[in-house]
Amino acid sequence: MNKKVFQLLVDNTAGVLSRISGLFSRRGYNIESITAGPTADLRYHRITIVASGDDEILDQIEKQVEKLIDVRAVKVLDPDDSVYRELCLIKLEVNSENREGVIAISNVFRANIVDVGKESLIIELTGNQSKIDAFLGLLDGYTIMELARTGITGLSRGIKDVVWLDD
Amino acid sequence: MNGADAIVKCLEEENVKVVYGYPGVAICPFYNSILDSDIRSILIRTEQNAAHAASGMARVTGEVGVCAVTSGPGATNLITGIATAFADSIPLVCITGQVNSELIGSDVFQEADITGATESFVKYSYLIKDVKEIPRVFKEAFHIARTGRKGPVLIDVPIDIQNREIRGFEYPESVKLRTYKPTVKGNTLQIKKVVKELEKATRPLICVGGGVILSDAAKELREFVEEYQIPVVSTMMGISTLPSEHPLYYGMVGNNGAPCANRAMKEADLIMMIGARVADRAVNQPDTITNGKVLVHIDVDPAEIGKNAGPTIPIVGDAKSIFEDFLEYEVDGIYDDWIRTLNEYRTSMQIVRTPNKDFVDPAEFIRELSAQMEDDAVYVADVGQNQIWSCKYHVVKQGRFLTSGGMGTMGYSIPAAMGAKVGCPNRQVVAVCGDGSFQMSMMELATMRQHDIPVKIIVLKNNYLGMVRQYQHFTYKDNYSVVDLSGSPDLEHIAKAYDMKFIRIENMDDYKAGIKKFLKNDEAYLMECLIDPMDLV
Repeated sequence: MNKKVFQLLVDNTAGVLSRISGLFSRRGYNIESITAGPTADLRYHRITIVASGDDEILDQIEKQVEKLIDVRAVKVLDPDDSVYRELCLIKLEVNSENREGVIAISNVFRANIVDVGKESLIIELTGNQSKIDAFLGLLDGYTIMELARTGITGLSRGIKDVVWLDD
Repeated sequence: MNGADAIVKCLEEENVKVVYGYPGVAICPFYNSILDSDIRSILIRTEQNAAHAASGMARVTGEVGVCAVTSGPGATNLITGIATAFADSIPLVCITGQVNSELIGSDVFQEADITGATESFVKYSYLIKDVKEIPRVFKEAFHIARTGRKGPVLIDVPIDIQNREIRGFEYPESVKLRTYKPTVKGNTLQIKKVVKELEKATRPLICVGGGVILSDAAKELREFVEEYQIPVVSTMMGISTLPSEHPLYYGMVGNNGAPCANRAMKEADLIMMIGARVADRAVNQPDTITNGKVLVHIDVDPAEIGKNAGPTIPIVGDAKSIFEDFLEYEVDGIYDDWIRTLNEYRTSMQIVRTPNKDFVDPAEFIRELSAQMEDDAVYVADVGQNQIWSCKYHVVKQGRFLTSGGMGTMGYSIPAAMGAKVGCPNRQVVAVCGDGSFQMSMMELATMRQHDIPVKIIVLKNNYLGMVRQYQHFTYKDNYSVVDLSGSPDLEHIAKAYDMKFIRIENMDDYKAGIKKFLKNDEAYLMECLIDPMDLV
């Protein structure tokens, strides 16, 4: 199983997200995460999809996505030449004894404590997936009450493959 | 001018001659406006058949077929027809009425999310929310349906949009779809590579699919294979690309194909698949066409190439354009030995049947029917044993062979034949179905009467859902389940009820005279052939 990060530039039409996610479900492609949001030009959205499968499947995914009429451009983000980021929010059960320890680990990872309560706190962490996975590994002894990850979004480095939509 | 008038105007701009459909309140503004137009509207008896009829018409005329139905159940009934067209890449524009746009999502009477429901088998769909969008949407819809890999496009139009005033109607001259630009011309380097490989090959074979007919490339293909004497086989959808008795044609491949065609696929050292999906029924094990062979795959849809079999040389583009290009080259190859071998296979690998003399032998019957049919006749096969017999024994001369190949939708033949006849009124059109598929569409006999569409219908009657019975015979050792068609109506009475001519053929005694009588005049005719219930394809 290989993994690929696809980045789609799409027309912001009604139902575009369901057209794309529907394509993955009906063809049985594995989708690990999908993120979507507007670009600088509000007529277009950028969608980042992490998909896994063997090479033939990943190749098919690219072709099938490209075929959708709302999709303006498809890029495969090369891991060596792109920036990936994911945001993770973690609600942790804490008490007066172990709170300090959590804050210390968070500082090392440059994570932010964005909410503190008597019995819990929320940590916000941004980074690539391995950083987030490493951080979560360190929280082994704690009780994670709730966890929310956005899935990765990314951009390729440099200007060589920037797609300009000019109409 | 209101939205509905604008829709009719768009159809006129697209040169639409016929709309198949079924009205309901939500599409009534459209059906009111169409009265002021020369467009012929044909009332079908169930919505699914509106799409099938539009499909039959599209396939013989090469134009986009159009159907229009109401919201809710009208739209959902259309779904199977849309899916059938999608599977065979048939260009349709399907218009559905929708409830008032302000009520969408509140589950009002006859509301269905039809754009959502059809998402996975339309090429594209629109839900019109502003009356001003109508001209652009229709222009785009027809363009998308008929270009690239063709297919159905759905347009959902809420009733209030149809009734709303539209000012300054202007039909766009061109479409602005920046990313939708199907490749037409094949890559020259790839074409040259194929020519080189053809020169190296000693046993080349061309396998044509429905795409060759859809791109109107049959003439160019024929010229090419005749020039260089390259043998041809076809998928089910590719039947009628070449006449069945063309010396270079060796039949249909696949599970139910001709033994010599399959043998040719096995022994070829170069296979050119053109406009074919390499799906399971045609190519059971994709590695058999790649291992030790050069596979050239030509398709207008890049996603088809490599989906089921990885080709040595892929070419994306329109088959007609690509074969026009091929004709520019000289191919220095001699395949006489290969042709001789294949001709031997064709003679020695004939299918031998032992028909039951008490019944009509479908093989011999279909051969004789073909012989007596007019040269450019349209033969529409349904789904089931009748389809396989038709594929095997129908001898295409200069005519067309239509069937639901990809989806295998029972009941396709009668409405599709009606559409073909409406599209080409001067051609003889014969629908061949089983007693199961006939009963799925027999309500359309009324449409034929009402709109004077003289289609000839043959029912191969064996009182069983024969194809499933055959499957249960092999897989469940004759443990038949829910395949007995007892209770079916007397077809002579049915014909009488619809004021149609009727003839029954019970055995092989005077079937030739029966066929002659059946085909003689251009009039609707129902023929019943009694087939041995235990017969196998």
